[in-house]
Amino acid sequence: MTLSAHDTTETRSRDEPSETTSSDVVTSSELLTVHSARALAGRNVVFAGHGLPTLAVSLAQHTVAPDIEIVYESGVTGARPPVMPRSISDSILVPGAASVMPMTHLFNYVLQGQRIDVGFLGAAQVDKFGNLNSTLIGEDWEHPDSRLPGSGGAIEAMAGAAEIFLVMRRHTPRTFVESLDFVTSPGSKKAAEAEVGSMPAGSGVTHVITDLGIMTRFARDEELTLTAVHPGVDPAEAVRQTGWNLQVSTDLETTQPPTPDELALLRETLDPTRIYLR
Amino acid sequence: MDKTMSLPQAISTYLRNGDTVALEGFGHIVPVAAAHEIIRQGFTDLVLARMSCDVIVDQLLGANCLKGLISSFIANSSAGSLHELRRRIEKSDPEPLWFDEYSHGGMVARYQAGASKLPFQPIASYRGSDLAAKNPRIKSVPDPYGGPDIHVVPALNPDLTIIHAQRADMHGNVQAWGMLGIQTEAAFASHRLIVTVEEIVDEAVVRSDPNRTIVPAHVVDAVVAVPRGSHPHSVQGYYDRDDEFSRQWSALARDAAAVQDWLETNIRGTSDHDEFLATLGSEHFERMAIHDAYSTPVNYGGRA
Repeated sequence: MTLSAHDTTETRSRDEPSETTSSDVVTSSELLTVHSARALAGRNVVFAGHGLPTLAVSLAQHTVAPDIEIVYESGVTGARPPVMPRSISDSILVPGAASVMPMTHLFNYVLQGQRIDVGFLGAAQVDKFGNLNSTLIGEDWEHPDSRLPGSGGAIEAMAGAAEIFLVMRRHTPRTFVESLDFVTSPGSKKAAEAEVGSMPAGSGVTHVITDLGIMTRFARDEELTLTAVHPGVDPAEAVRQTGWNLQVSTDLETTQPPTPDELALLRETLDPTRIYLR
Repeated sequence: MDKTMSLPQAISTYLRNGDTVALEGFGHIVPVAAAHEIIRQGFTDLVLARMSCDVIVDQLLGANCLKGLISSFIANSSAGSLHELRRRIEKSDPEPLWFDEYSHGGMVARYQAGASKLPFQPIASYRGSDLAAKNPRIKSVPDPYGGPDIHVVPALNPDLTIIHAQRADMHGNVQAWGMLGIQTEAAFASHRLIVTVEEIVDEAVVRSDPNRTIVPAHVVDAVVAVPRGSHPHSVQGYYDRDDEFSRQWSALARDAAAVQDWLETNIRGTSDHDEFLATLGSEHFERMAIHDAYSTPVNYGGRA
């Protein structure tokens, strides 16, 4: 997915590392991982992909949610790999895991069976109600300008998980759009407005964690609202980089920078060879 | 009954032009060698069913084996794009591809209905998705028990399913471990079934651990020993994944002519899977060596 890689309208360089209060240089990946982990407080069962979401759950296990576990789409639960997995189907996840379920169990009993507290998803496009597009860019479903991977299990995660967290490395108007080219995974509002089918179990997207800040929404008809910006980010910049008229919370907060303990865990224990902490 | 045969014999016996063929395996125990043999034998007009796509989809497309694809994820696993597939869908280059698209949950439901010989399977996740609106085979039916209308997907009954596994006995009792994907359902859903394995073992080995059997012999037509038959995907306990190969494919396949050259040299230019593996070099596989990690044996003891 290369959609967010060529935005030339940036008003500041996002690749410049930001500074924490301890003058420790924090990368964008570390920032997103730390805020994703903090948002997992109080949750137990997470459906997540490899990379940043896996790191976030590992960090949460060491900090805000000691008993939290990942369920991978490959059917693995309770994985304890000696190194970071390279994908959700990496065999390194299996030795020492708590279980390996066949796909029928994962999709029917775990996702459709509503056993997931939080599902992490990504998307090429998201709109103000947390509808997600991971299928195509363009007008024509049969001959799109750019064909993307498609749903995988995203539709089932959206419909079955109590909440969805969306992590977006670059907050741009090409990604945060007024109208999706294709609704792959519908949020709870769009699902409710549809004429047929089972109602989704959960709230849809409740947290969007980006390089500029955090958006949240909690009720079915609620829009995503900017509730926090990272230190040094002007909330007007987040509004400019959003393709819809982004609502800003009257209680807008500035996120607390990653702590030395969080950074030490990430760098020394969880991803020491920096496979994902680019 | 001895169902062992060579890979060329199994493919030529059980596959026909125009068949719907399921090649399943979710980034692990994937029947790659069998896909290559389909290319060598020059089959055409096949419809491929494969939940999560990978290099073999691009290779089968490049070799002009496929007229259609049934899938729910069309990237090269986590290694990038499948450019042969994207050219077909985005630009109809060199010709259009019939693409029947679902989510993973939809594919699981289709195989389950097929394995159960039911006409369709209800699914709860499609309300409000454009996928349900765009794909005419995703329909809805009234709930006879009083709930709201529910989406359904049609049974998938492939003409031929091919799966890969760690081991089987000569009768076709198939044992696999690690990530199991949708292989059992794809096997039962199919009219014909070929199983490729890393090794064929004595029946006593299988009978020492019957819970490990994912497909029983009575649904298997052919058993084929194909060591390293899943490369570049891993086989738990045998070898690791070859991520470099998968990434290099995504780079190579940006150029349609390079795909043709690769197929000509590496698949059509080799007589079988062993010869294909030899082109990679024996030292290539040292990087894919694994550490042993044995389970504790269980006690299957019953009444004396």
